[in-house]
Amino acid sequence: MKFTLSWLKDHLETDATLNRIVETLTMIGLEVEAVDDKAAFRPFTIARVVSAEPHPDADKLQILKVDAGPDCNNGAPVQVVCGAPNARTGLIGAFAAPGTYVPGIDITLGAASIRGVESFGMMCSERELQMSDNHEGIIDLPDDAPVGTSFAAYAGLDDPVIEIGLTPNRPDCTGVSGIARDLAAAGLGRLKSGAVEAVSDEGDCPVDVRLEAPELCPGFALRLVRDVRNGPSPAWMQQRLMAIGMRPINALVDITNYVTFDRGRPLHVFDARKVEGNLVVRRALEGEELLALDGRDYQLGPDNCVIADDRGVESIAGIIGGAHTGCDETTTDVLIESALWDPMNVARSGRDLGIITDARYRFERGVDPEFMVPGLDLATHLVTELCGGSPTKAQVVLGTPTATDGTIVGSTGHHFREVDFPLAETRRLTGLDVGREASIAILGRLGFAPRTTDNANSTDAAASESVRFIVPSWRPDVEGKADLVEEVMRIHGVNEIAPVPLPSQGSVGTRILTTLQIRSRLARRALAARGMAEAVTWSFIPHAHAKAFGGGKPALALSNPISADMSDMRPSLLPGLLAAAGRNADRGFGDVAMFEVAGTYESDNADGQRRVAGGIRRGTATLTGSGRDWNAPGETVGVFDAKADAFAALEACGAPVGRLQVTRDAPDWYHPGRSGAIKLGPKAVLGYFGEFHPAALEALDVTGPLCGFEIFIDAIPEPRRKATRTKPVLSLSPFQAVRRDFAFVVGTETAAGDIVRAAAGADKQMVSDVKVFDIFEGESLGTGRKSVAIEVTLQPRDRTLTDEDLDRISAAIVGSVEKATGGTLRN
Amino acid sequence: MTELADLEQSLMTRVADAGDEQQIEAVRVAVLGKKGVITEKLKSLGSMSADERKTAGPAINTLKRRITDAIAARKAELRQAAIADRLASETVDITLPVRVSPAERGRIHPISQVIDEITAIFADMGFAVAEGPDIETDYYNFTALNFPEGHPAREMHDTFFFPPDSEGKRKLLRTHTSPVQIHTMEAQKPPIRIVIPGKTYRQDSDATHSPMFHQLEGLVIDKSANVANMKWVLQEFCKSFFEVPSLNMRFRPSFFPFTEPSLEVDIQCDRSKPGEVRFGEGNDWMEILGCGMVHPNVLRSSGLDPDEYQGFAWGMGIDRIAMLKYGMPDLRDFFDADVRWIDHYGFRPLDIPTLFAGLSG
Repeated sequence: MKFTLSWLKDHLETDATLNRIVETLTMIGLEVEAVDDKAAFRPFTIARVVSAEPHPDADKLQILKVDAGPDCNNGAPVQVVCGAPNARTGLIGAFAAPGTYVPGIDITLGAASIRGVESFGMMCSERELQMSDNHEGIIDLPDDAPVGTSFAAYAGLDDPVIEIGLTPNRPDCTGVSGIARDLAAAGLGRLKSGAVEAVSDEGDCPVDVRLEAPELCPGFALRLVRDVRNGPSPAWMQQRLMAIGMRPINALVDITNYVTFDRGRPLHVFDARKVEGNLVVRRALEGEELLALDGRDYQLGPDNCVIADDRGVESIAGIIGGAHTGCDETTTDVLIESALWDPMNVARSGRDLGIITDARYRFERGVDPEFMVPGLDLATHLVTELCGGSPTKAQVVLGTPTATDGTIVGSTGHHFREVDFPLAETRRLTGLDVGREASIAILGRLGFAPRTTDNANSTDAAASESVRFIVPSWRPDVEGKADLVEEVMRIHGVNEIAPVPLPSQGSVGTRILTTLQIRSRLARRALAARGMAEAVTWSFIPHAHAKAFGGGKPALALSNPISADMSDMRPSLLPGLLAAAGRNADRGFGDVAMFEVAGTYESDNADGQRRVAGGIRRGTATLTGSGRDWNAPGETVGVFDAKADAFAALEACGAPVGRLQVTRDAPDWYHPGRSGAIKLGPKAVLGYFGEFHPAALEALDVTGPLCGFEIFIDAIPEPRRKATRTKPVLSLSPFQAVRRDFAFVVGTETAAGDIVRAAAGADKQMVSDVKVFDIFEGESLGTGRKSVAIEVTLQPRDRTLTDEDLDRISAAIVGSVEKATGGTLRN
Repeated sequence: MTELADLEQSLMTRVADAGDEQQIEAVRVAVLGKKGVITEKLKSLGSMSADERKTAGPAINTLKRRITDAIAARKAELRQAAIADRLASETVDITLPVRVSPAERGRIHPISQVIDEITAIFADMGFAVAEGPDIETDYYNFTALNFPEGHPAREMHDTFFFPPDSEGKRKLLRTHTSPVQIHTMEAQKPPIRIVIPGKTYRQDSDATHSPMFHQLEGLVIDKSANVANMKWVLQEFCKSFFEVPSLNMRFRPSFFPFTEPSLEVDIQCDRSKPGEVRFGEGNDWMEILGCGMVHPNVLRSSGLDPDEYQGFAWGMGIDRIAMLKYGMPDLRDFFDADVRWIDHYGFRPLDIPTLFAGLSG
């Protein structure tokens, strides 16, 4: 919403400076987004051409001597070379001295030599001063224009323009008068009366209005003005409209725009001679069309409310008029419409049709129903003033039947809302102590009237604690007492509220994070400590990527994705990370290790959102580092890098890693021979790791050595809360541990994990650790065989082991492994 | 006696000539061993007369002592030399580089780090951290938060929707973290002090808008929390978060469907230097958050009586305050997973934000 300072002062009597007005607007909730103080127009001076002589070397140029008053060039005439055809001795125009910035051509003037003649400034055209598009000649002012004074002041170009960002709850401030009311309430001056005199009219409006869609049109007022002369609107009106960025068209149209901004009251004018028969307000028929005033054709349907005549649709209700019945210079009889429209319907129609107009902006927020007829009268006055003509009586049709439920019913059937306001509510919600009289005064200045005067002035205790206010018709946003608290607070001043500490909890804080939150943090830090970079990737990924990783369900595909490659909620963190690895590789960074701890989506239910830590490594980005190094083999990443990451993350999260099993049944986007599932018991899957299936990588269009993992943080069982933080007693054996090596020849299919488990299980008391330290395959073993060498640590508790003990335990280990794997001890 | 003197001289020469530890050991065996020269000499004392013994005994023993000492000295000398040789042969090029440790290479994303910073501050004020799902119902995202039917935010232009289910109901991606307000109030009786960090989604994409972004919601519900308390909480938060001793904040009345009264908050800053924001000085006001007293309709939706309970809520962009504090110029980079960006703007895994050590160290 834009307006000028002088326009504001039409409604507000004030001495306040522009700065104070701007600051106050922002602090009462009408945030000022831009101020143009028009300082750029200050340097232009009214000047008279004292003499005009032909330029010796150019046919179209003249050499002017210009008198710009005593303050310019010490009163001596200034020489200006000018190409304007209308430049002549005696012309009075607008002069710009060297150093002046000329906004219309975006140039700062300098003294120049034009075809050998020096020129010290210029005489400006209207376009150069952004007054119009006219560049035919220089500005030509009447003889009485005061030479030597400010041209901007003379022409009204010095009127500052203020733009506020209006919140959607304040339709009353879509008009300058409403903004003035708020400022007056905030103590910045006195609100001038906006009352509109009745129109002296004669005869009924010959055009009838019928409401076929009364649910969309609470009220409709129409008046005919005969014998008008439509032409350009007066300069003052054009100036104001241009200042706020509107193009003047003709007086009748400009009047509707002016009232729209002056009062927040949109109007429409029809050329009465182009209207056939009577008007009807109805829903458009499927397939009806309108060529609108913006020159575009609109396809309409029953969701759109229209005004039609016998010919068809002539206007889209509350949004835009039709070109056919538009007013131009030939218009002699004009129908002025001032109506009320259903805000929701206007909003939806406007959105569906893609039309943004000043009328829609106001109707979808809610136009003051009480001002429907005064708005029509105001426009009628302006029409008769500027275009002459004789008005008929207004025809007023109401859409909503009036009910009697004790509320006050307005002139258009609008029910005045009433709000009981306990005056202590302001302190309760804001901490502000405003006081009874001050609160009532603030609300009064905003148009909230106590329901009865005796209530407001009552000495009765209960009544004095609470006052029933009638909400003004221009404030559809005010529904309850909290709204009135806001009114009192913003006008009294938010700055008056001194910060007050929240009461302390009275104790040292305790743990505030949930186990899931704690584990997510720990997983992040643990993975980052393994040299990985944390990424945050999109929750939505391309459909093909989702499908390749077990997703792609229709229920998790967005109906309105922002683009095709952000269409499906991710079933896994891996596609996003792998695609990111691909992008990094394309940029020349092929060795990357990245992880993410975030949500994946199995269903659209709350419990379908999993908390996952996932990571990938590409190229040579192993734990020790990436790229070649004089001291490292520089191998590419593989399944065991991913396995190590997965276990590190699980361990950081507090999963019982000692009890976890690794099985071969990872999902099919993993390499079937180089991947695994990590389980706690047969059902509870805590994660997967491995290298990837070529088909999955192909679907993502990524290449290179890659491995990755995902662990499901939300699947890790909640740790048991123990009553004490005391750690178990440390029991150290005084007897030396013994290490024994064994090598078993087994089938190549045999899992080393089975050998380890069998060895560990051979004597649970004695075996404290089993390590795999060598794997060997070779011809000496025969095909399909391999040797797995393990180191077993035996920890005696009560005595040193004897040779007999060792033999017995060794035999048990060999027996256990052979039984479990079918292998034999290697000789 | 010259015999002994000659012997001593020749033995001393042998000791001096020994070139390594092995040779000196051989000399020792040859001289002092069971069959050694001096051992033999000592043995010969037995066959001497008492007188002869009287002079020869001390002489031979003196010789033995001298030779023993000489051997020991030479041995020590040779060991030193051997160690020096070994060490010299073990010399390496210590200018060869070592690899950076993984904990130095790894990075925490700025969003995670900032959430940890926020958590540290609000934990100190007695807040807990709540979370909620990204996929929400229309009820929790709009209706319960007092968005009227037909509100523009409910349209496809602003909100991501999923296909309608068999009953025609469409789930959506939450457009703010505010639904968690309702979930929390439904699950827990006041007093409530929570902050809610999380992902949010809107149909928007340019340099400052991303279809996915992160919000921090705050909610305080009890029987007395008011705008004055809210001002304090937000001022303390901003001061702590931006790590400045003082900060000018401007609370402006505004509008949100779920709060009444509603306010927007600007902070004073200096943006005259490109790429740098300084808080607590300068002439610019930068909007950083929206807040207000929880709307009575929202309290009612959550089963609370607005005449008994009251409180405030706020919402701010985590990405935005991260950008303001740490200077990232473009929001879209947050989600691009460019390792160069993460390496530059990310945090080391052991830089864990705490109040006692300063949020950013």
